[in-house]
Order: sequence, then structure tokens, then C-alpha cells
Amino acid sequence: MSEPEKFDCIVVGAGPAGLSAALTLAKAGVEAAVLERGEYPGSKNVMGGILFTTILDKLLPEFWKEAPVERHVSQRRFSLLSRDGELGFSFRTGAFNEPPFNHTWTVLRAKFDRWYAEQAEAAGAMIIPGMMVSQVLTEGGKVVGVKTEPGGDELRCDVIISAEGANSFIAEQMGLRSALDPSHMAVAVKEVIGLPRSIIEDRFLLNGDEGSAWEIFGQAVQGTFGSGFVYTNKESVSIGVGSTVHDMKRYKLNPNDVLEQFKHHPAVWPLIRRGETLEYSAHMIPEGGFQHLPRLVADGLLLTGDAAGLVNASIYHEGSNLAMASGVLAAETVIEAKKRGDFSAASLSSYRHKLENSFVLKDLKKFQRVSAFFNDNPHILRDYPNIFVELLSDYFTVSESPKSEVEKSLISKFRREIGVLNLAKDAIKIGRAMR
Amino acid sequence: MSESHNDDNSKLKSTIEDKLFLDKYKLDKQSHIEVDQEKYKTDLLKAVNYICPAKVYAHSDEKNECLVSFENCLECGTCRVAAPDYVKWYYPRGGFGVQYRLG
Ligand SMILES: Cc1cc2nc3c(=O)[nH]c(=O)nc-3n(C[C@H](O)[C@H](O)[C@H](O)COP(=O)(O)OP(=O)(O)OC[C@H]3O[C@@H](n4cnc5c(N)ncnc54)[C@H](O)[C@@H]3O)c2cc1C
Ligand code: SF4
Repeated sequence: MSEPEKFDCIVVGAGPAGLSAALTLAKAGVEAAVLERGEYPGSKNVMGGILFTTILDKLLPEFWKEAPVERHVSQRRFSLLSRDGELGFSFRTGAFNEPPFNHTWTVLRAKFDRWYAEQAEAAGAMIIPGMMVSQVLTEGGKVVGVKTEPGGDELRCDVIISAEGANSFIAEQMGLRSALDPSHMAVAVKEVIGLPRSIIEDRFLLNGDEGSAWEIFGQAVQGTFGSGFVYTNKESVSIGVGSTVHDMKRYKLNPNDVLEQFKHHPAVWPLIRRGETLEYSAHMIPEGGFQHLPRLVADGLLLTGDAAGLVNASIYHEGSNLAMASGVLAAETVIEAKKRGDFSAASLSSYRHKLENSFVLKDLKKFQRVSAFFNDNPHILRDYPNIFVELLSDYFTVSESPKSEVEKSLISKFRREIGVLNLAKDAIKIGRAMR
Repeated sequence: MSESHNDDNSKLKSTIEDKLFLDKYKLDKQSHIEVDQEKYKTDLLKAVNYICPAKVYAHSDEKNECLVSFENCLECGTCRVAAPDYVKWYYPRGGFGVQYRLG
């Protein structure tokens, strides 16, 4: 083998985190190579997905004029599903129809990532697809490069930014975290369902390029700790479900069976019927949050995005923007370290402070108790939606019983099934977990 | 007009087999998945047989072992998290495996 090639920085993974890092490095004149295992960037990537674009708009102002985005989201909906009912909340505003469109866009990642990689390349980054990093090479505990497959070639560098996503083998290999915990990892499956544009706009009450995002809890995922989603693209609907590996394992569920039940729920079916399944995909989401973050740096190594567990899985389901923000901050750390000529863990440790000063770790910290809360209180997502819908159904049932009696029986049923005290306690606990 | 006149849902797929048929793959000759059959045998739950979104794993009664259709893998990594004791899963080699066109 000839003398291995050497870069200032090797970025592992061409997703939002890796490409944001590469773009930032390239703009500063740092020589960066992005290694991507897919045949093209995006070919391995799946999300719901809403791309949150505050960071992207700074990197590539008014990106939406060029980028393959689907629809801007002007309508958000949240629901609890019972077996055959729905209790929901929906919100829309014309304000989100104006630039910057509330920084909220539906995208299809195979298309978006490919485009984003082209922008990073145009800025001077080198993107090498079809190359999988199989091992990090170290000398005396310090990172010196990577080994890749197929071929077994070695590439050398001063520092690695790992942006490899949820499976994050590098973090494990380098001892930055222990094995992934089934309670902190969600498995999600998704289908893209093709439908004519006009039908989508009619069914989802959209004008023109407006989009809708719907998050659904409770029986959407058979009462497990997870949720379902339905997002509108231009000429397709993205629909999926995700729950912790722990719950899927415990209740012996197959993710596709959960998805099928969700698709056939009476509140969901009318949105997708007569559509055409175009693609089926699966992916994991790291949901451990603040309390289960890995160590973020080692000698010559920084973790970003999903590889660092940077997902806000509360009701916001934000990952794409945390990935982009962490990619930029990791790159800025590398740029400073290069000036010092020091890539030791101590030199790179300012990365963590940068994350702490940004929304990334502030938000994760705020919601740090959510995951443990729902893992410890499975009855909330399992039982409450059914009970709430049943109570409302009693309330709205038309009969000749006087309303005063209906209310009385409702109150006694509520006391029997939940109890004022229990509900108040759970409400307080939820409030605390979100504070 | 009642909806039944045009209620053709045949293009909406429901089984994993039908859905995987729509996905694009670039097949590698070598598998990226290994199962430790001895440890698999002693595991009572055998979670990989139901939890995998692509039904890559199936129990063979005849051989009393786990059969692996690695070429169907969607590369989520769930099996590795659900059954770390007997599944050794790593990404396929660069360029191989599933190729999402939409994602
Ligand atoms: C079903 C689902 C729905 C979601 N919905 C939303 C949403 O609505 N909004 C939101 O903000 N977030 C959402 N997320 C989360 C979001 O997708 C992630 O947080 C985000 O993609 C993380 O970006 P990343 O760059 O860190 O990782 P990824 O996007 O996973 O990118 C990692 C890249 O690294 C490559 N790679 C991995 N290992 C190697 C290796 N060894 N060698 C070479 N290349 C490698 C991969 O092929 C990939 O291109 C969702 C996730 C899922 C699964
Ligand atoms: S990675 Fe996912 S799709 Fe592939 S075998 Fe494991 S569970 Fe199945």
C-alpha cells in the first residue's frame, strides 16, 4: 500500500451533523474529508421528518429557494389515540407561511442529504461516499486515522469528528460510552405513501405549499413509550411509528405490525387510503437524553449529532437541528485546536462548553427527566388515552338522560378509573419532568 | 357517489415481504450479521425473531437454530441493541446494503 493520505480532519458520516461540520471546516480552510458508507449521501438515512432549519439558514441563507425541501409546516397537530377514538389539539397560523417559514420543513432525507453534500463539496469539503469506517486507528491512545471497507485502506488525520448517527460504533470502540441501552433507543419504521398533490391538500386542509405535522401518542403505538407521526410531503405522506426497543421487546411487538395497526386506525386511515406505498424504512433514535450522554471528546475525537445522543425526544422530536448545531460547534472547536496545534481531549474540551451555552444542551437538560418518567409510569400512555376518550364519549353521547345525571355518572366513573388525586399527581409529575 | 366505486387499496402494502420488495438494495456476497447459535439456543425470549422490522431472523425448528436473511436488512441496528448476547451486527461494507431513494 502507498503512503496513506492525510487530512486535517476526517468526518465520519454525511448526515446533517457531518455535513454541517464539513461545511464549517471548509469555509475556514481546514482540509476535511467526509467518509460516508452509503453509495450516495442520504442513501442510509431516515427521519420523520421535519427538518428544523435555524442553523441551516445561517450556513446557507434562504436555502429553501434551492434545496429539495417538501413543504413548510404551518399546521401542527398532537393527539392521543384510544383503540377507536382520538382526542387532539391542532394549531395553525398564517405567520408560518412567511420567510423563514418558522424554520420547519418536511424533507425526504435521501434527496435532502444528497443536495446538502453538494453544498459542502462546493464550499471545498471532500465527500467520499461508498466508504465505511470499520475502525478508528490509534497510537498511544491518540486517534491517528481510520480503517475503511471495502478495501481495508487506511486514511490518516489529526482529528476525527464522528457524525455516524444512532449506532455510534466509534464512541463504543473508543470507550466514550457503554453498550446502547434498550430503554434509551427507539426503533422506528416508516412508509412513504404516494398520493396526488390535490388529494393531500384536501385531506390535510392545506393551501398550496403549506404542510402539516401530526404527532400521535397512546394507542398509535399500542400504549408503549413512543409515538406515531404523519407528515405531508408535496406528493406523498410520511407515516411511521417508533417506540423504545425495551417496550417492543417486552410486549413482543414487531414494528411493522404496530405501523399497520396505526395505519388502519379510523382517525388515520382516511388520510392514506387509495395511496401507493413507495418505500419502507427503519432506523433507530437515541432518546436517553441529558442523563445518558456519552463523554463527548477524547484525544483527537469529537462526537456530534445522534452519535452523541443529541436528540430532544420530548414532544418536540428535534434531532436534525441539534445535529447541525453540534456539527458546527465541533468544527469550530477543531478550527481553534488547529491554531493551537493541539488536538488532545483537554484542548477539545471547549466543545462541551459550547454545547452547554447553546440550545442543544440547555434543551436536553430541561427535558432530562422525561425519558425516565415515561419509562417509570407506563400507565400514562397505556391507559389514559383510552379512559379520556371513554369519558368524552360518555359526555357527548346523546340520550334522554338529563345532563345533570350524565355529569354525575361521569364524575363517578372518573373517580373509579383514575381518581382526582392520581390525575393531579400525574399532572404534577409531568409538569416537573418537563420543567 | 359512494366511495366503494373507487376504493382500490391494492397499492398500499401491509406485509413486510411486500414492502421490502419496493426497497432498493445493492447486495453484498458476504453477510454483515453473525449469530452465536449456542447462545441463541439458551436465550428464552429470542427477541430478534419478532422485533426486526425486516424479518431478517427466523427460527428453524428443524435445525433448532436462527436463520439469517441478511440481504433484507434495513440497517437500523435494533437487533444488536435487543440481543447483544448473541447477535453480532455491523454495517455492511461501504456502498452495499439498502439504498433509500426517499428516506
Ligand atoms: C423515524 C424518525 C423520525 C425522526 N423525525 C425527526 C423529525 O421530525 N425532526 C427532527 O429534527 N429529527 C427527527 N429524527 C431524528 C433525526 O433524524 C436525527 O437526529 C438526525 O438525522 C441526526 O443526524 P446525524 O447527522 O447525527 O446522523 P444521521 O442522519 O444518522 O447520519 C449519519 C451518517 O453517517 C453515515 N455513517 C454511519 N456510520 C458510518 C461509518 N462507520 N462509516 C461511514 N459512514 C457512516 C450514515 O450512512 C449516515 O449518512 C427522526 C429520526 C427517525 C429515525
Ligand atoms: S439492523 Fe434492523 S433490519 Fe437489520 S437485521 Fe437488525 S433489526 Fe433487522
